[in-house]
Amino acid sequence: MSAFTRWSLVIATWLIVAVVLILPPLLVLSEALRDGLPTALQSLADPDAISAIRLTVEMTVLSVVINTVFGVLAAWLISKYRFPFRGVLVALIEIPISVSPVVAGLVWLLLFGSQGWWGAALDHYNIHIAFAPAGILLATLFVTFPYVTRTILPLMEQQGRDAEDAATLLGASFWQILWRVTLPDARWALLSGILLTTARAMGEFGAVSVVSGHIPGMTETMPLHIETLYNGYQSVAAFSMAALLAIMAMTTVGFRAFFENRARRATLAGDAGS
Amino acid sequence: MAEAILSVRPRTSDPLPGFRLALFSTLLWVGLIVALPLTALVVRPWQEGLGAMTMALHDGRMFAALRVSFVTAFIAALINVPVGLLLTWTLVRVRLPGRRIVDALIDLPFAIPTAVTGITLATLYGPQGWLGKPLAHLGINIAYSTAGIVVALMFVGLPFIVRSVEPVLRGLPPEQEEAAGLLGASSWQTVWRVVLPSLLPATVSGFGLAFARGIGEYGSVIFIAGNQPFRTEIAPLLVVVRLQEFDYAGATSIAFLLLVASMLCLAGVAMLRRRVARGLISGVN
Repeated sequence: MSAFTRWSLVIATWLIVAVVLILPPLLVLSEALRDGLPTALQSLADPDAISAIRLTVEMTVLSVVINTVFGVLAAWLISKYRFPFRGVLVALIEIPISVSPVVAGLVWLLLFGSQGWWGAALDHYNIHIAFAPAGILLATLFVTFPYVTRTILPLMEQQGRDAEDAATLLGASFWQILWRVTLPDARWALLSGILLTTARAMGEFGAVSVVSGHIPGMTETMPLHIETLYNGYQSVAAFSMAALLAIMAMTTVGFRAFFENRARRATLAGDAGS
Repeated sequence: MAEAILSVRPRTSDPLPGFRLALFSTLLWVGLIVALPLTALVVRPWQEGLGAMTMALHDGRMFAALRVSFVTAFIAALINVPVGLLLTWTLVRVRLPGRRIVDALIDLPFAIPTAVTGITLATLYGPQGWLGKPLAHLGINIAYSTAGIVVALMFVGLPFIVRSVEPVLRGLPPEQEEAAGLLGASSWQTVWRVVLPSLLPATVSGFGLAFARGIGEYGSVIFIAGNQPFRTEIAPLLVVVRLQEFDYAGATSIAFLLLVASMLCLAGVAMLRRRVARGLISGVN
């Protein structure tokens, strides 16, 4: 490759990266800090903002815990046993990835909305799911459903079940095998799946927007509050919240890249050892 | 399905404990969170009766919105192909100053929450924005037009192309290109005849992923789109509008079509990958 070609490619690449990928995060910071850092921080101390941050943290923690527990059991089932309709199960678990966020919210209204199958009946018993935190949780669970299983499944399939069979012969119980034999080898992959679930859960907008009802201080998560502020021309507050959310999500994703590297090295070491 | 699985228990003497527990918890989880809501989506349109269905199918605004979504997702993914190939090529084959930074930045659109992307691009390309203002002087308006939707979808879709093509390009031995050069091929010929054909399946699959994501994308688009019915209203937004009008039948028909479209797209990508893996399509290792 001639020096001319090389430098044209390098300059073109950096131009694209600068305009497409560097300007947007710079703009978020610049808009958030337009009136100075104290103003930005003050906007985050607003009661509605604090309520949105709290709701996002709660929803994220709950979704991550639930989807991790069930996701690990599903990966164990799929990787360690052979049974009919296994492929169908894998396909079902993958579906939420391909569903539009708006559709992921709509499906819960079809079940629990005022015109949904069970919405009116549950209303009668004073149980509210649509336009309430329960609906937000269901939508978030749906959207982040596949990530844990999907991340640890390839590794667990590659492990086979020799170690598990040996543990069974030695008299170990299911939980002992899962906790002491299977998961320690898969820990970096599991951590990476959990972090991906976390990042997706806190940033989800479309699905949550459909089921939440947008009640400030009650059912607004951070992304929804950003929308409300932006549409209300409170630009500094909107971008301060956006900066906080982006930093939270990017830190999570950054940790994930770090752990994925470790997972890859662990896999390589395992291959070399076997 | 549950009974069928339980009646044919695998190796009835499987000594490894935990099968029943794992099976029940998984069926419960998949059943409640995925199968149940999707059943509602598939059944609901038929429940509303034929009258509601035909009315929904005669809805011109729905078809306009679907057309906007499909056309913009297609154009965005198409523009992303050369841009993505250029970035991937430089990332893998060229000594690029700051390579690690570029590599990390490529994943940025995956990491930033869609609402943040939405308000940021709307401001950046808006009439007073860093890019919008100079472009407006040149007579180019991006925000609140079809071009704005394409810009947002390009941002969201770029990593799909790069991350699909990158592993394949890494796997291609550079010797192949050197051999082509030694045999007298110009660098253009090498790129067109040797490199690009090998990257084609991976590029198509990245295109398919970006397109599928683009049809359903909501948060990063609605702020920059303008949202004028028949012109810049995307299909996912119309789902939301119909829901606000309490028109569940209308919302569900659009959602159903969106679901079918993205599933077809991803099934196509999966088929392509299987064929490549089986070696039915040559040129890829």
